[in-house]
Amino acid sequence: MTDSLKLIFGYLIFPGLIFSAMVGMIACWIDRKVTARLQYRKGPPWYQPLADILKLLGKEMIVPEGVSNAVFLAAPLFGLSAAALVALILWQGNLDRSAGFIGDLIAALYLLTIPSLAMIIGGSSSRNPLSALGASREMKLILAYELPFTIAVFTIVVKAGSIMIGGVASHTAVLSVSGLIAFLVALLAAQAKMGFVPFDIAEAEQEIMAGPLLEYSGPGLALFKLTKDILFFVLPLFLITLFLGGIEVTTVAGIILAVLKYALILVLMVLIKNTNPRLKIDQAVRFFWGPVTLLAIAGFIFAVIGW
Amino acid sequence: MLNPFKWGLKKSPWVFHLGASACNNCDIEILDCLTPKFDIERFGIVLTGSPRHADVLLVSGIVNRQSIERFKRAYDQVPKPKLVVAIGVCACSADMFRDSYNFVRPVDEIIPVDVYVPGCPPKPEAIIAGIMKALGKIK
Repeated sequence: MTDSLKLIFGYLIFPGLIFSAMVGMIACWIDRKVTARLQYRKGPPWYQPLADILKLLGKEMIVPEGVSNAVFLAAPLFGLSAAALVALILWQGNLDRSAGFIGDLIAALYLLTIPSLAMIIGGSSSRNPLSALGASREMKLILAYELPFTIAVFTIVVKAGSIMIGGVASHTAVLSVSGLIAFLVALLAAQAKMGFVPFDIAEAEQEIMAGPLLEYSGPGLALFKLTKDILFFVLPLFLITLFLGGIEVTTVAGIILAVLKYALILVLMVLIKNTNPRLKIDQAVRFFWGPVTLLAIAGFIFAVIGW
Repeated sequence: MLNPFKWGLKKSPWVFHLGASACNNCDIEILDCLTPKFDIERFGIVLTGSPRHADVLLVSGIVNRQSIERFKRAYDQVPKPKLVVAIGVCACSADMFRDSYNFVRPVDEIIPVDVYVPGCPPKPEAIIAGIMKALGKIK
C-alpha cells in the first residue's frame, strides 16, 4: 500500500509532474529572458510561463467541427503523461543507482518520443491543412533525428557497459573521445526533440502559424505547453545522466554540481537556438542522416575499440 | 480572492492581429510594438499566428463587403474570454471611408469593441496603452 502511494506521489508531485513542470517553467523563463537580452529587449517577468499556463487553463476549449473529440482531447494527455513518467524514471535511476530494471534506458528512450507522437496525432486529427502539414513535418523530423540519437545512446551503453540508467549515470562519458562525439550528436537531436530553432520546422510560426497546435485552444494548448516545459527539464536531465555523470542530491556540493551541469546544457541549447536560422525539412533530414549519423557511427566505432 | 485564471489573463494577453482591409499603416505600427524599443513581451504580450491562441484581437482598417464574413468568422474562432481593441481611426469610426461604396458597417456594430485607439496611425505607445486599458476591464 505504502509502495503504491509512494509511486503515485513520485509520479504526480516529486519528481514527476509538478516538480519537473516547475523546473521546466523556470528554464523556459530563462530561455525567454536570455533571448530577449540578446535582442536588446527587457524580456518577460519571472512568472510568465506560469501565467501563460494558468490563463490557457481558464479559457474556453474549442473543438473544430467534424473532429473526433476523443482523439483531439486525448492527444495532449498522452504527451504529458509520458513526459512526467520519463522524469520519474530518470530521477529515480539517478538517486538510487542500483534501483531500476534492466533496459530502463530503452524505456526512457521510447517514452521520450511519445510527446512528439502526441503532437502528430493532435495535429492530424484537427482537420486543418496547416496542422496536417506541421504533423507531417514533425513525422519526418522524428525519422531524421531518432537514428543518430539512438546510435549516440548506444555508444554510451557500450562505453559504460550497462544498459541501466543507474549504470550509465555512474560513468562520465564526455571525458572520452567517443563520449564527446556522442554528446554533440545527442545535443543536436535534443534540440530537434524540443522543437527549437534551427529545428522548429514543425511549428514554424512564420510560415504555418503553429503547425500541429494551430487548432488547439485553452486547456488543450496548456497541456501541450506544459509538456514542452517538462521536456525542457527532462531532456537536459537525460543528457546529464548519459554523458555528464548523472546528478547527486545527497550533499550540498552534489546539488551545486547538478545545477551547474543543468545550466551548462541549458546555455548550450539557448545559444544554438539564438544563433541559427530555421532549416527547411529536407535540409534537416539531410543534415541528420548525413554528417550527424556518420559522426555518431564514428563515435560508436571509437567506443567499441575503447577510446 | 484573486482568481488565478483572471490573473493569468491579465499577465499574459496574447494578441491576434485581425486586419480588415487596412492600408497597412496601423499594421506596421502594431509590429513596431515588438521591436526592442517598445518590447511588449515585458507585459507578457505575444503576437500569435492563430486566432485560437489569442485573447486580445487587434482590429485595424474598415470592414468591407468582401471581408465582413471572414471578419465575423475570425472573431468567432477566438476562445472566450476575449477582448477587442480597435486600432486606428478607420476601425474606430471608418473616418474618410464612411461614404465609400465598399464600406458596410463600423467595426463596433459588427463585434463588441472594448477599447478604441484613434490615430492615423496610432503611436505604438498608444497601442500598448490601449491593450493595457482593455485588460483593466477584466474584473
